[in-house]
Amino acid sequence: MPPRPLCPARFRPATRRVRLGGPIAPIALIIVLSACGGTPPEETQTATPGETGPVTGDITVFGAASLTDSFTELGEGFEEAHPGTSVRFSFAGSSSLAQQILSGAPADVFASASPATMALVAEGGRTEGDPVAFVTNRLQIAVPVGNPGRVTSLEDFTDQDRTIALCAAEVPCGAASARAFEAARLTPAPDTYEEDVRAALTKVRLDEVDAALVYQTDVLVAGTQVEGIDFAESAAAVNDYPIAVLREAPNPAGGQAFLDFVLSPDGQAVLGAAGFGSP
Amino acid sequence: MQTPADGRGTGIPPILLLPAGLGLAFLLLPLVGLLVRTPWSELGTLLSRPAVLEALRLSLVTATAATAICLVLGVPLAWVLARATVPGVRLVRALLTLPLVLPPVVGGVALLLLLGRRGLIGQHLYDWFGLSLPFTSTAVVLSQAFVAMPFLVIAVEGALRGADRRFEDAAATLGAGRWLIFRRVTLPLVAPGISAGAVLCFARALGEFGATITFAGNFPGVTRTMPLSVYLALETDPQAAIVLALVLLLVSVLILLALRGRWLNGVGS
Repeated sequence: MPPRPLCPARFRPATRRVRLGGPIAPIALIIVLSACGGTPPEETQTATPGETGPVTGDITVFGAASLTDSFTELGEGFEEAHPGTSVRFSFAGSSSLAQQILSGAPADVFASASPATMALVAEGGRTEGDPVAFVTNRLQIAVPVGNPGRVTSLEDFTDQDRTIALCAAEVPCGAASARAFEAARLTPAPDTYEEDVRAALTKVRLDEVDAALVYQTDVLVAGTQVEGIDFAESAAAVNDYPIAVLREAPNPAGGQAFLDFVLSPDGQAVLGAAGFGSP
Repeated sequence: MQTPADGRGTGIPPILLLPAGLGLAFLLLPLVGLLVRTPWSELGTLLSRPAVLEALRLSLVTATAATAICLVLGVPLAWVLARATVPGVRLVRALLTLPLVLPPVVGGVALLLLLGRRGLIGQHLYDWFGLSLPFTSTAVVLSQAFVAMPFLVIAVEGALRGADRRFEDAAATLGAGRWLIFRRVTLPLVAPGISAGAVLCFARALGEFGATITFAGNFPGVTRTMPLSVYLALETDPQAAIVLALVLLLVSVLILLALRGRWLNGVGS
């Protein structure tokens, strides 16, 4: 087999100029980059001065679905700061990721959308050190453009005639939604319990539901395709996102460096711009 | 297993034994893994949960309805593909395999874009009749039929191509009309193919997940079928998920065994 014909020497620097055009581009980029995992660093780029220890190789990060866009951007920043590294992401519902990790998935870092899910992993003895909260997220009502169902508050979620999507109680955004409805003393009448927050958002984007409860950050990601409505009870359902390096990580040093990068001012700036709050 | 009387032993060429055995092991060992990890003590309590029975009932009803739709639409389609001499049939046959290649989740999105509230056809259904298909049990049936029908069509088409057309010709020379020939000659000839296709179709419908959760959503009693229950249980309680998966497996094996025995015996004689 010829050595890496798909990864010419100038491939990686060139791709870094690609901006976040849409949700697919960065993912495709990550896939391509991870295929070039072992590529030695060609040009020394803007390595941040003061970084301790050389970090190299593939770093595998399991991230909650709601982190998809901001972590993809963070990954690019990290690779720029640490030439020779390649950050690979697996984004899914936090609970699925937790089960995969508990079943021995070879990940270095886990960033969960809920402390409860992280606790599962910690109880299973798969975290190295204590998980730290790195951002918070709050819920927002997402409605299709023009708000066809004329949804204004959580109370409209109890209306049988409106088509409503909520996250399933088994996933973090569903648990947060339950807390919000509890705080509002309302019983929602949803038509579907979506398997993760992005699935709920998709239903709004496609205009198939009148409203869904999703994270504020997801509303931002969807841009002009959905409208977000704040509601008072969201304060009762603020989610902490914990992050931890995993025990038996294939690349513990790389995992720690990525975690540090997420907690660094640069990392927090990216997450803040995506709509996350500070813990 | 009884040895055939003609002295050919098991009739299996030894050189086929190894790959055949490996194939069998590859297909069955994961199920053994499932069985080994099954918390048998929880089986009773889980099975008595109303939510589980509800999901099981919904799965059986929708998969049966989907199979019925596939039979009614799929058998004629297979006939056309196998017998029609119009140009473009080969292209149609190739297009027909697309739902097989399509990831079911994408199939679900495609169904939403066609039949959803803002879909190509769905918007008219909604505007004119106030009809909205997503998040209904009908949507579950449609998702299942969408992914399962190609299996039936391909099986039946294969049977039709393999059937001896001289029987049909003979019936025609005896004065039978086309419809009579189709009913009394062609259908009985390809009945084993139809039953095999229907069984495949039913099995695929019963296990359908991706298109269902995307197009029909997930609501207990309405759209939450067994595979969706298994998936959600996996999020928090893998033990329960294993038991649920096992229940689905047992029920489908029982049904398939019962159906096969009945149809094939009835047809073969």
